[in-house]
Amino acid sequence: MSLLQVLVNGVALAAIYAMVALGFVIVFKSTQVLNFAQPALLLLGAYWVVYFATVWNFPFYIAIAIAVVLSALTGVVVERTALRPMVGKPVFAVAIMTIGINTVLTIFALDLIGVNILGMGDPWGLQTLQMGPVSIGHRQLAAIATAAILVVLLLAFFRYTRFGLAMRASAFDQEVALTAGVSVAAVFAVSWALAAVLAMFGGLFIGTGFGLDRTAGVVALKALPVVVVGGLDSIAGALVGALIVAVAETMTAFYQPQYAEFLGRNFSQVVPYLVMFLVLLVKPHGLFGTEEVERV
Amino acid sequence: MRLRPGLVTDYDSDGAIFRSSVTRLWFGLLLVGAVILGLGVRIPIVPGVFGIQLEADIRLLAVGALFAAIAAIGLNIVTGLAGQVSLGHAFFLGVGAFTGAILGGVEVSRQVFDLETGGFAERTILYGFDLDLIVWLPAAGLVAAAIGLLVAPVAFRLKGLYLAFVTLGLVFLGEHVFREAESYTGGVGVGRDTGVPEVLGFRFDQAGEVFGIFLSKNQKLYFLGLILLLVMGLAAKNLARSKVGRAFAAVRDRDIAAEMMGISLTRYKTIAFVVSSFYAGVAGALLYAAIGRLEPAEFNLLLSIRYLAMVLIGGVATISGSIMGAFFITFLPTMVKWLAGFALFGFISTTGGVLTTAQFEQVMFGLLIVGFLIFEPLGLYGIWIRVRNYWKSWPFSY
Repeated sequence: MSLLQVLVNGVALAAIYAMVALGFVIVFKSTQVLNFAQPALLLLGAYWVVYFATVWNFPFYIAIAIAVVLSALTGVVVERTALRPMVGKPVFAVAIMTIGINTVLTIFALDLIGVNILGMGDPWGLQTLQMGPVSIGHRQLAAIATAAILVVLLLAFFRYTRFGLAMRASAFDQEVALTAGVSVAAVFAVSWALAAVLAMFGGLFIGTGFGLDRTAGVVALKALPVVVVGGLDSIAGALVGALIVAVAETMTAFYQPQYAEFLGRNFSQVVPYLVMFLVLLVKPHGLFGTEEVERV
Repeated sequence: MRLRPGLVTDYDSDGAIFRSSVTRLWFGLLLVGAVILGLGVRIPIVPGVFGIQLEADIRLLAVGALFAAIAAIGLNIVTGLAGQVSLGHAFFLGVGAFTGAILGGVEVSRQVFDLETGGFAERTILYGFDLDLIVWLPAAGLVAAAIGLLVAPVAFRLKGLYLAFVTLGLVFLGEHVFREAESYTGGVGVGRDTGVPEVLGFRFDQAGEVFGIFLSKNQKLYFLGLILLLVMGLAAKNLARSKVGRAFAAVRDRDIAAEMMGISLTRYKTIAFVVSSFYAGVAGALLYAAIGRLEPAEFNLLLSIRYLAMVLIGGVATISGSIMGAFFITFLPTMVKWLAGFALFGFISTTGGVLTTAQFEQVMFGLLIVGFLIFEPLGLYGIWIRVRNYWKSWPFSY
């Protein structure tokens, strides 16, 4: 396996991380809430795809469309029932609240998924495209393409639509946005819906190829270092962070067993957290995060 | 002033551990009750109708709850008092537990075939030093505290959510180290025996007579836990009302304002981390010594969340709240099993209805966190305050 191959695998992994990480960023930017429920939303979203594509035998893309709708609904319901009463409470309390939500949702998602590895019903399988010395899986290409499309769509949404403008306004200052007639409540609901959909796409591409199982939620936890490296409130940061973390992870996965065996098996799984420590030591707000201005 | 009980007129009485003789009386009664329960005697609440007794099967749970309470107090010091959100408590518990196990545990060696000499050789596969509890218990706390000190420089540069992330990363890194250091921790799925709770020849893990009273193993551990909780709880209470505790509160409420008043953020955040880690280390070592076995995979994010839940459900920034929370969470599985016996909760079953008891327990756990945060941010302690105030103002409850 060449360095180039490792890099390609890293980029494909980065695409998945980026999708999940964007969910964190969007929720954090518009509501100042850290969404620890992302792992559960990821599992649940991916399960809907499996359910409609393999149990109901719908075409794969129709299954995705249904999963998008269901995930968005889940996001909105979570926001309405649990997050709305917490407006104005300390950030810490709200973050813990999302952990509580995650616990509850995970139980249901795991109950649905069961103990077996579930085939996703995706058309890509394990086919690969050979390009010189490098081979890329079709599912990896699909992941990169989907991530790119989603990012462009999101950016366009924020840039050119009225609602995107409203979201940017309430991210900037909720009170001023309110006085300007922005429905901050709707902004919160939409941002949770977006986060849930992005998490679903993340779960979808974790499941393609080798199948979905109970451990998929771990990826969402590795997307946390990604957002921290990039900065909690920066979309560009999420992308750069995803690239850094994913490439570091795949590089370690490939080279560490040969050159640094003493670090132990599966060391690459903790590399994202190490990268996060290093970045935070140098820049406490991540690479692209807004530094808090402290006025006295 | 005798007509206004509870009115605070000077700083000394404001910062007192027991604000009035009534609190002191209740504390004493509670302590006596705990001792009587530990001896296995039934306390009649309504004689002949209803009473409380610590059955033998839940005695081990009570032991676990006592030690968990020490750890919960530790988390409450850093998160409740000093306002530094830590998701890394499981890591410090693990450090303490393994330090205790390595220092107090027994060495395990095995005959291994040596290729070089062509014969069998004795090889150590699990290190252990078989020391006394007097050595390994403080050592467990101190090692955890030392690691807390190492983490502190990262911690005091960060605030709020970024700090939560770093401590979260700590749990994952710690889990990896615990898994890989197999000759110390036994490895995943295997684990190792813990230290023997033995003080100068007195074994806490064997039944026997103490001052002429026959005590079972769990009863001895129960009293060990009770004494330690009393000591460490009072120490925490004292810390909270001292200069350090007031500085913590200032840092928590408004760090910039605290800094303006000359409170060194670096210094107090470090102290909070170190003290909290010490509590976690001691509790971790004891908790698993009581069980007798520990395994690297136990110290995961879920454990951290359990302790956060204890703090939240019990009551943030209160010592008695931490104890209530620890008992509540430890007894939750038992309560769920008890609930499952009712027809109303027919959807829970052990054989696979809609939810199994284990799943229902997890759901309850999550819902309790959500529910308490929304409806009773002060936790069980807040409920207790309201009950108390009701009777205080009775019959003039508005």
